Amino acid sequence: MTLLPTKFGIYGGQFVPETLMPALIELEQAFVDAQKDPAFRREFEGLLASFVGRPTPLTHAKRLSEQLGGAQIYLKREDLAHTGAHKINNALGQALLVKRMGKKRIVAETGAGQHGVASATAAALLGLECVVYMGVVDIARQEPNVFRMKLLGAEVRPVTSGTQTLKDAINEAIRDWVTNVRDTHYLLGSALGPHPYPTIVREFQSVIGIEAREQMLRDAGRLPDTVIACVGGGSNAIGVFSGFVDDEQVELIGVEAGGSGIASGKHAARFGGATKARVGVIHGTRTYVLQDDDGQIAETHSVSAGLDYAAVGPEHAMMRDSERAFYTSATDEEALSAFQTLCHTEGIIPALESSHAVAEVIKRAPKMRKDQVILVNLSGRGDKDLNTVIKELGMNL
Amino acid sequence: MNRIENAFKNKPIFMPYFPLGYPDLDTSIDVIEALAKNGADLIEVGLSFSDPLADGPVIQKATQTALEQGITVKKSLAAVAELRKRGVTIPLILMGYYNPMLAYGLEAFVRGAREAGADGFIIPDLPLEEEEEFTSIVGADRDPPLPLIRMLAPTSPNERMESIARNAKGFIYLVSVTGVTGTRTSISDGLGELIARVREYTSVPVCVGFGIGTPEQAKQIGALVDGVIVGSACVKTIGSSEKPVETAKQFAAEFRSALK
Repeated sequence: MTLLPTKFGIYGGQFVPETLMPALIELEQAFVDAQKDPAFRREFEGLLASFVGRPTPLTHAKRLSEQLGGAQIYLKREDLAHTGAHKINNALGQALLVKRMGKKRIVAETGAGQHGVASATAAALLGLECVVYMGVVDIARQEPNVFRMKLLGAEVRPVTSGTQTLKDAINEAIRDWVTNVRDTHYLLGSALGPHPYPTIVREFQSVIGIEAREQMLRDAGRLPDTVIACVGGGSNAIGVFSGFVDDEQVELIGVEAGGSGIASGKHAARFGGATKARVGVIHGTRTYVLQDDDGQIAETHSVSAGLDYAAVGPEHAMMRDSERAFYTSATDEEALSAFQTLCHTEGIIPALESSHAVAEVIKRAPKMRKDQVILVNLSGRGDKDLNTVIKELGMNL
Repeated sequence: MNRIENAFKNKPIFMPYFPLGYPDLDTSIDVIEALAKNGADLIEVGLSFSDPLADGPVIQKATQTALEQGITVKKSLAAVAELRKRGVTIPLILMGYYNPMLAYGLEAFVRGAREAGADGFIIPDLPLEEEEEFTSIVGADRDPPLPLIRMLAPTSPNERMESIARNAKGFIYLVSVTGVTGTRTSISDGLGELIARVREYTSVPVCVGFGIGTPEQAKQIGALVDGVIVGSACVKTIGSSEKPVETAKQFAAEFRSALK
């Protein structure tokens, strides 16, 4: 018997080796206790304010709105959170749970490096040992974040198995966790994996949606018509969506990585790739998974390391089926173009992941009326992506 | 008496693991036949998966090779049927991760496994909490159903151990160490105590796997349990041999005689 529901409709669950089941049960107990403990909430909220810099601002993107000639666009500025992305919210929350459980060591996976940096930061702040697994393909394309993790005292272990990206980093983090489970916590960075992770990650990221809802009412005097976020595993999206999920009139849009285009087969659009995506089980959870006919997990492609993953968080799978949220995709090219547009019109360099959400805004805003409002979760900043963008755009410095 | 019960008449039994399709499909069938006819009492026949998160480097690499060689669930089931045709009479348990079974279709997979002559299933990413979907389908396929072998770990607390061991079918797969598959130089000191804990809750045979690499270790552990599972060492020794079938015969014979 679990304390919390383990599934989202037919999705989710706990598909892990027996060795890990007791750790999941312990984690769930620690999380439930912590949620009821005012001291925990005070400490977490205190750190979000004094260390992360929350609340992050809401910015009315006036020039972008004007240029697109339709809806008014507001940006939730998770790029201004300490370490440069929303990942720190969850990393700090889980690191505090680690302290409660009396464990001393964390392992984490990272794709874009943002969750690795956030985990390394939380570990340094709270005096925990930190090991981050990262695929060598991602190490090459997110080099600045590798240095940041090392400077923060984390050990970065390159992963050379499989596709050498996020999926394989998760495999290695889980293998480390299985081996060292008695003193190690797996600090999973997305709304993925076995229960209770998708629930824990949503709770720690829900601060995005709670703040954004208040800020919209304060600044725009109304709720947005549409909320848009990029979806890799889906933690920033589930965080912002959770603030509006009960407001039925608010449309929720998740944007997956369209890579070189759905037709090319080189993408990470779990909801968009009808030929390759089926419901399956990967990394402990049942959800939509890009796979071949024989159930082998497919290789994915995206210019953004953080969206380059074959599965999507189980709660998104449920919201997609129930049509509470809708999912679409943006190609590499559209994301790179949106990246530049936001730089030029607003003076903000977005992460390539977040640029996928901006790309959807660019498609959608012109078709909307000027009194309508779009809220975009700008999940991270683009400093980490400069090398990739310079290369993709063929720029010379 | 079914094949699994029959196999446990002379305990401790020797249970090697070998993946179908490694180093290629034909050789793997020959290897499994050789293991079966030279001392193995039960064989865990491996189905390959792209993301084997409970496996260490040796089995990861072997199953990756098998996938590159084009192994599929369908070909794996046909290989089991071929082994039966060649006169292999010991139990063959299919060991694999859940997603390829789901992709194949659970009903088709369970029926295909039975028709091919498999005797049960080991699915490392299907703990007690999630097994019902699978067991209900196996239950509907045949009475009595082919068993889903339950796994226990050193981290399982007593209460949990009891719920897993109660109603266990076939045998219990006791993971000897916290970790992924792969040989260890020494076997955990607490193993005797762990085995005693498991035996309090079940009368089905208890077999130990993960980390057993040499006939000496097998002998030492065999004194405590009903069966010894040898995976990575078997794959590594046979996989690195230029004459895998000969090596398989020798490997099985050595472990068999150590367990006498």
